[in-house]
Amino acid sequence: MKTYDVIVIGGGPAGLAAAVSADKKGASVFLIEREARLGGILKQCIHDGFGLIRFGEKLSGPEYVERFIKEFREREIDHSLLTFVTEMKRTDGGFVLKAVNRRGVQEYCAKALVLATGCRERTAKQVQIHGTRPAGIMTAGTAQHFVNLQGKMPAGKCVILGSGDIGLIMARRLTLEGAEVLGVYEVKPTPSGLTRNIVQCLDDYGIPLHLSHTVTRVFGEQRLTAVEVAEVDSNMKPVEATKKRVACDSLILSVGLIPENEMAEKLGVRLDARTKGPVCDNRFMTETEGVFSCGNALHVNDLVDYVSESGELAGAAAAEFTRRGADTVTKQGKNSRAVSVELKPDTSLQYLVPQKLTLSDELKQVVFYFRSREVLSAGTLVFLLNGKEIFHKKYRNLKPPEMERLELDLSTFKIEKDSRIEIAIRKEGDI
Amino acid sequence: MKEMTCIVCPNGCSLKVEKKDGVWEVSGNQCKRGEAFAVEEMTHPMRTICSTVRTIFAGVPVIPVRVSAEIPKERIFDVMNQINQVTVDRICGTGEPVIENVLGLGVDVIVTSDILKGYENAESVS
Repeated sequence: MKTYDVIVIGGGPAGLAAAVSADKKGASVFLIEREARLGGILKQCIHDGFGLIRFGEKLSGPEYVERFIKEFREREIDHSLLTFVTEMKRTDGGFVLKAVNRRGVQEYCAKALVLATGCRERTAKQVQIHGTRPAGIMTAGTAQHFVNLQGKMPAGKCVILGSGDIGLIMARRLTLEGAEVLGVYEVKPTPSGLTRNIVQCLDDYGIPLHLSHTVTRVFGEQRLTAVEVAEVDSNMKPVEATKKRVACDSLILSVGLIPENEMAEKLGVRLDARTKGPVCDNRFMTETEGVFSCGNALHVNDLVDYVSESGELAGAAAAEFTRRGADTVTKQGKNSRAVSVELKPDTSLQYLVPQKLTLSDELKQVVFYFRSREVLSAGTLVFLLNGKEIFHKKYRNLKPPEMERLELDLSTFKIEKDSRIEIAIRKEGDI
Repeated sequence: MKEMTCIVCPNGCSLKVEKKDGVWEVSGNQCKRGEAFAVEEMTHPMRTICSTVRTIFAGVPVIPVRVSAEIPKERIFDVMNQINQVTVDRICGTGEPVIENVLGLGVDVIVTSDILKGYENAESVS
């Protein structure tokens, strides 16, 4: 059985960044990827706009991720493709993994794990669309795989349900390839995707966006022939009188992404109901000691630049943990836990990551990611320590689909294990 | 006055643009690029496009491409038409043009992946 300091699960942008950064810190690293190629979802994200923050360039998905793949290969980091993890167990010194690949069942051992398993798309069943089960109903990611990797057109005349970014991107992509996109239907009163994608993917091509509308039914035996759409009321209930039939051969779903955490749950990692990813501390370590999380498995990001960043931070922290972990075990006994404080975002935030601070850490450069619950033209993010304001920052145009990143030096504050740290976004005008 | 959302970067600033005494005045932008975008949008809107081109290689039916710089918005479908006529029959990688100076617009259509170069093969099963 091969033994490593750090095993990274997932070879997308988060996993690649985590593996490279753990390797740079001197850890022995092994990366496991279930697909035949590294790169994760970016392999099929051929549109541009990636890397604006990190590289100052508008790269396509493959261009962006291949820069990381190149570095990963140059560092000769050990890895295995077409390999699927089936079992993970905690042991005294770390973790034992079982995985299946073409050579059979493999076993690997690691002192720390980085879960970079990404997210997956919500499906038709999960949004409760009634009717028959004809061909032609697929997620936006599936349509993207068909067009961009297989070179096949999955749609002629289509309706898109949900205004998530991939749906918007696919509305444009399918239009460019000659399909007719009849409209995007979004059940919420505001779009789910980035505003710039509404502009450059819908407005540019005259594709209508129907807010507060949903698809209530599908028709067709072999292939989809039509969908029924309806306006929804303020309780998101379809209004009977507004129901109408739209003839189409495809229904493309862009109704949300869910972090993939079956692996984490097998290890008993506690998840956050708001992010659907693990609860983690400032090192991106979950509540299961030695298990780190990053990228879209941790929370769904809208920019890959931050996926890479969280991967780098988690990878470095995992490497550090394997070095420090040993003396923690001998000095304090293996069940000792570092003291941590839970951060308490109020309802003005959709979520805040990380959710905890580990007090033995320096807390000099703590990176936070958050989303506002409401659309605010101006708002101030406030950190309160035991009721006293210790930090505030003003923001323009806070929107739920647009994640914000913040780096804070919390080392100068006296944070103790029973400290109360509250975070809120105040609307302009509020004190 | 016209209101628009800037698409230059993920900030997506809400811009207002207005012609005063023959000069475009832009507000709401957080950077210079936003100002340039607003003026360009009023005078000659430009866009980038990304697509795929067919290849003769089994296992890699298409490879991704994009324009090397922005093209006039109204020429998008003309350029798409050119892109769809290309079949790649040689190994090429990121940055290499598959169409030079497409339709005389002064931009190339370039490959955006090294997938054909093979350093991406599924070789390692350890």
